[in-house]
Amino acid sequence: MRTLLLKSLFARSATIAAPAAGEGALAEVGRALEQRVRRLFGRSIAIREVDAGSCNGCELEIHALNNAVYDVERFGIRFVASPRHADILLVTGPVTHNMKVALERTYAATPDPKWVVAVGDCAAGCGVFEGSYAVVGKVEQVIPVDLHIRGCPPRPIDLLRGLIALMDQATARV
Amino acid sequence: MPITLSSLTPVANHRPWNRYEVDGAAWEAIGASLGKGEGDLLGLWGEPGAVHMALRSAPEPPAVVSLAVRAGTFPSIGKYHPPAIRLERAIMDLYGYTATGAPDERPWLDHGAWGLRAPLGAREPALLRDPADYAFQSVHGEGLHQIPVGPVHAGIIEPGHFRFTANGETVARLEERLGYVHKGIDGLLTDLDSDKAARVVARVSGDSTVALSFAFARALEAARAVEAPPRAQVIRAVMAELERMANHFGDIGAICNDAAFALLHSHCGIFRERVLAVSDQVFGHRLMMDEILPGGVRHDIAAEGARALLALLDELEPRFDEVVRFYDSTPSLLDRTRTTGIVSRELVTRWAAGGHVGRASGRDFDARRDLAYPPYSQGTFKIPVLEAGDVDARLWIRVHEIETSLALLRGWLAALPDGPVRVDAAGASDAGEGVAVVEAFRGDLLVWLRLASDGRIARCHVRDPSWFQWPLLEAAIEGNIVADFPLCNKSFNCSYSGQDV
Repeated sequence: MRTLLLKSLFARSATIAAPAAGEGALAEVGRALEQRVRRLFGRSIAIREVDAGSCNGCELEIHALNNAVYDVERFGIRFVASPRHADILLVTGPVTHNMKVALERTYAATPDPKWVVAVGDCAAGCGVFEGSYAVVGKVEQVIPVDLHIRGCPPRPIDLLRGLIALMDQATARV
Repeated sequence: MPITLSSLTPVANHRPWNRYEVDGAAWEAIGASLGKGEGDLLGLWGEPGAVHMALRSAPEPPAVVSLAVRAGTFPSIGKYHPPAIRLERAIMDLYGYTATGAPDERPWLDHGAWGLRAPLGAREPALLRDPADYAFQSVHGEGLHQIPVGPVHAGIIEPGHFRFTANGETVARLEERLGYVHKGIDGLLTDLDSDKAARVVARVSGDSTVALSFAFARALEAARAVEAPPRAQVIRAVMAELERMANHFGDIGAICNDAAFALLHSHCGIFRERVLAVSDQVFGHRLMMDEILPGGVRHDIAAEGARALLALLDELEPRFDEVVRFYDSTPSLLDRTRTTGIVSRELVTRWAAGGHVGRASGRDFDARRDLAYPPYSQGTFKIPVLEAGDVDARLWIRVHEIETSLALLRGWLAALPDGPVRVDAAGASDAGEGVAVVEAFRGDLLVWLRLASDGRIARCHVRDPSWFQWPLLEAAIEGNIVADFPLCNKSFNCSYSGQDV
């Protein structure tokens, strides 16, 4: 047991180097953010994840952001348990009718200023579930969206690029 | 079984098991027999004008029985056999068919938000209801209080509602309310061509995407009486075992994390990430989504791919071994997992609960062996079974399953059969019916489908293992403290999306 602890202390870090901010994402969030709010966050952003109908594939990759390899906290990005503590809602899935009210209430419970990131092809464009009686559609049809990160599911590195772009824009010196 | 199914004439072109059309009395007799513990319910689903039930009464081969719905009703199986209750509620919501005598007539998937009643049946317009308007079962007693949780949970997890009734710290009752991520998949699949349907089925539950595609491909191949080439069958199983390992690594870490033991979570997170990264390198997708296709697989494993996978196994095995020893020698952690969330053998047997939920409570069943399919049918491998039925036992089942996966993968990768990786799955005849059961990381997963004469999907149903595990979580938490719910829940790790379909 002690050997594992010692090895963990002296092992090289498993964390990969930070990727550059995604260019497309930079352009998209650049439009979305006002200068007024850029100073507010001091390089710290709290994210509340909302599954609004996903197959859970996106959740797996969002989870991976917290592992030692991607380690999203080093960028000041952390996941919080309540929308009341959140700056960003990370929403996945085609929004189902059964989750629409919960998503709207979560959005309403998130204090301003706030951003919404739609994660995955379903959230961005409804994906393979389009046309079902049980599905409202993409996230934008229910709440305003500031950034889309596509993929089925998006790789953690793509999620990281998008979030870093959002972070850079939100906290850039004015 | 009081009904000898083999004396009936099976429906033509249903493969590999037989399907029998029965009358109401026989249907009810089968239900009564299931209720007496004379067989396992593998699935219960509807289609316009009929209901179907898949069942297994070993040593006889499994079968599908079908009953024509009369005046919108069919005799309830749930009356005799509680595992059918939620499935019957789902049939009521989707098709509008009443299970006569059903013990629970509350809606399950229908939260009153569709604007439709029976969307796959009569499809009548319906008024919207308040989604919170749901009659939870009442619990009476002095000092009881309720804790509502969800649908939006605190972590990065899927939505569902848990209604706890607690007496101080102790949970007196948990009632689940699910259906929040119901996407209408049964309806979406109808009339799709098989390639499009395969993409939808692969997204019934993202964490089981390989197993879902595997089962769909096998069901379709059964309906068309074609078989994937041997090399493709082995590559499919390689992906299935990689998926199992990745999920088990994640779950073992997450269980420890829910006992606030972050170190093992970190290590297991790296193991999981390594499996996904190498899967990406070899197959071009981290979760290997859409890699299994009817007729075979999308990508072959090249020689360097096999080497990369074998190197991964060599890298992970000793490191994982160390983590397991750490777990087993940390009393503060074991104190949280042992004797927590016990499920009885009687319950897992009655529910025919698959995977780690069943095997941790003494149910010795694995579809890879007991409903064997290639390449598993060609060899023997160890299937762990434990008796304790607690969080610790469910964790150990995962540990031993990883060991089995490592051994299977080494064997296959050292000697991949030669030949093509895909055949034309069009088959001799386009119309037909097929059923397949595959052992997903959670347990046995069933896909049933019927092809129309033009080759399109006339009807397809996916039954996730979670259907027969979620109800047992309610039993597991009873008498435990509220703070142990995350541990119990994670040790089950049921799929919301797979259940809600």
